[in-house]
Amino acid sequence: MSRRGRFVTGGLVIVAAIAYLIWSGVSQSVVYFVTPSELLAAPTPSKTYRLGGLVQAGSLKWEPKSLDLSFTLSDGKASVPVRHKGAPPDLFAEGRGAVVEGSWTKDGYFKASLILAKHSEEYKAPHDGAQPGYKELMKSLRGDGTR
Amino acid sequence: MIPELGYGATVAAFVLALWGAVAAVASARTGRAALLRSGERAAVGAWALVTACIALMLYAFLTFDFSVQYVAVNTNRGTPFYYRITALWGALEGSIVLWSWMLSIYTLIVVVQYRRRQPELYPWVLSVMLGILAFFLLVMTIPAPPFERLTPIPADGRGLNPLLQDSGMITHPVALYLGFTGFTVPFAFAMAALIVGRTGEEWITITRRWTIIAWYFLSLGLLIGGWWSYHVLGWGGYWAWDPVENAAFMPFLTATAFLHSVMVQERRRMLKLWNLSLIILTFGLTIFGTFLTRSGIIGSVHSFTQGSIGVFFLAFLALVLLGSFSLLASRVERLRAEGVLDSVVSRESTFLLNNLFLVAATFTVFFGTVFPLLSEAVRGVKISVGAPFFNLVNIPVFLALLFLMGVGPLIAWRRASAKNLKRNFLKPVVAGLVAAAALRALGVANGLVLTTMALVVFVAGTIALDLFRAVRARRRSGDDWGAATWGLLLRQNRRYGGFIVHLGILVIALGVAGSQAWSVQKEVTLDKGQSTELAGYHVRFDGLSASEESNHGKVTGAFTVTNGRAGGHMLYPAKKFYPQEQSPIAAVDYQLGWIEDIYLVLGDFAPDGSHATVKLQVNRMVSWLWLGGLVLTLGAALAILPDARRPA
Repeated sequence: MSRRGRFVTGGLVIVAAIAYLIWSGVSQSVVYFVTPSELLAAPTPSKTYRLGGLVQAGSLKWEPKSLDLSFTLSDGKASVPVRHKGAPPDLFAEGRGAVVEGSWTKDGYFKASLILAKHSEEYKAPHDGAQPGYKELMKSLRGDGTR
Repeated sequence: MIPELGYGATVAAFVLALWGAVAAVASARTGRAALLRSGERAAVGAWALVTACIALMLYAFLTFDFSVQYVAVNTNRGTPFYYRITALWGALEGSIVLWSWMLSIYTLIVVVQYRRRQPELYPWVLSVMLGILAFFLLVMTIPAPPFERLTPIPADGRGLNPLLQDSGMITHPVALYLGFTGFTVPFAFAMAALIVGRTGEEWITITRRWTIIAWYFLSLGLLIGGWWSYHVLGWGGYWAWDPVENAAFMPFLTATAFLHSVMVQERRRMLKLWNLSLIILTFGLTIFGTFLTRSGIIGSVHSFTQGSIGVFFLAFLALVLLGSFSLLASRVERLRAEGVLDSVVSRESTFLLNNLFLVAATFTVFFGTVFPLLSEAVRGVKISVGAPFFNLVNIPVFLALLFLMGVGPLIAWRRASAKNLKRNFLKPVVAGLVAAAALRALGVANGLVLTTMALVVFVAGTIALDLFRAVRARRRSGDDWGAATWGLLLRQNRRYGGFIVHLGILVIALGVAGSQAWSVQKEVTLDKGQSTELAGYHVRFDGLSASEESNHGKVTGAFTVTNGRAGGHMLYPAKKFYPQEQSPIAAVDYQLGWIEDIYLVLGDFAPDGSHATVKLQVNRMVSWLWLGGLVLTLGAALAILPDARRPA
């Protein structure tokens, strides 16, 4: 083989290897984004999804001792029960949007390994966004300071 | 008053930049010096006006002038002094002002440095730089005006995004943007060289220097970004393959490729076409990165259609790429290689491989970032490819690059003989294998760590061997060890600056491998006074306290950490409640160490302080990233110094 041929062949082999890596990487790690209705239309157990919806009011249960977090995600048409191990993240609350990553289980709930709470970028009028109960919280804690 | 003044200054700066770009071209075409001087004065004027914009904006921030919408959105009366300054670049409009300002400064430096030295290239360089500046000033005029007036004037502003109220955000955007805008200079010189048809050597020297400078700032920006992510975001990591990170990482990769392949051009007069393509690509990626991060397209392709700024950037990017690549195509004849590749086992081919892998990594990052957007736009299916994809593809590529890092600097040009290979590589290869075997014997089973370790020791061995030989040679001429080493670093600052950068990357590679393999974490709810254990650390929850800071309330958890060796110390992770935000924001606390960091994030807690949920992490070897980064930037700084061997 000529010198040039050797270089071209070597280069092509490497490019093909990387192309294969990319192809297999995408097929292994692609995660579909679904709504509760889409998930419930065809739930495939143990396939990884990202499920997005609204955390339904009154559905949030949090057991600090066992780290069990459960809630219902809804898109208005269908709702999916979700369970997660771990404290609710900062941006997570009832009545707000959330995206969870995980899979559907045979027992009829969505097991989330990751909660991606959405940060809202909307403009808030100054100082009227204080969280409900925040003042009381600060008050109750102030009486109990450790430093 | 300030909105009108600011808007006026923006429009005037735009007109000046545009006129300067046109005048510089006209002077190059007609040879009339007066036109060129007019273009220069326009460049100085544009710089002065953009500086005035910055000054006006700062003044508005410091005096709480909420008639400027940008000020009202990004600050409030409680915002501490420093963050009122950094709020300047805390959001889209202000960051474009910062970008324009830096670009106008680079333009000014080009005027001062090259107006006499490069009479042929200079008018075109000036024109390209002013043209790009004009684009950013146009963005400031139409789709993202920073001086938009807000009526009625509110009593107080909304406040800076709390996540940006951190010292990392003082330096990170500045370094990153100095890097991004810095790539305009090499791009302008490349365009000028192509237009004039002087694709010889001098533009390459200038371009290489400016690329190192921009590369230096970009690396610094990436590192500070990683540090910010680690100590502010509270997820315990430093790199998430987030589109915003990828946007800055892609030009870093192509610029790194250029800095290596340019040596082949200097030495062997080859790869001219390739090097020009890399310069164009790097500059294009900085524009693409800004498009990606600033158009809102990341959230969803649908948010892209809401604002016009994305369209501006996309159109500009298309113009830049079409224009520069067709210019390149028209000059192909002049860019023929003068040398040929002699052998597969040579420094040239090592550098070619290095470039192939760097561009492959760039493509991977590009693909992983853009693929979800394409899927949504074309098929209407929302998908995501996360960190697993990027890691799977890039880890082998980066390991290959590490290996080449050891081979490249020592292998012979043209054709390496068996003797050359044995002399330079036998000992380092043995050292690498011995190190991996020793670690294996010590019980390290992680294949990735072992491979990384073997490669790191191999590369470090080649650098040590080379340095040792060079110092020994100088010792023969009478210097002592210290003077010989010092003299070598200064006299061959480019070569040894490069080596020091390589050493920094080795340290970073160890940090990445170690932190990925050995970090552990757990989440637990503790009653007041209760302890838990993780990786030899005992962590006890001592209670909660509340405090009122200047612009937010804060709930702080007190935790005593003991690890059996020394007496305990306290860590205070907290949650901050900003009135303008809907949710609290976690503030992590940590104790950094060379081997491991202990890292605490306060989760949920009982309002009476009786129990709290905490995430504990023992992150191993993360500090090596910051150390490696420091070494890397020192090496880059050494390489930028004027070459001592030649008169500057």
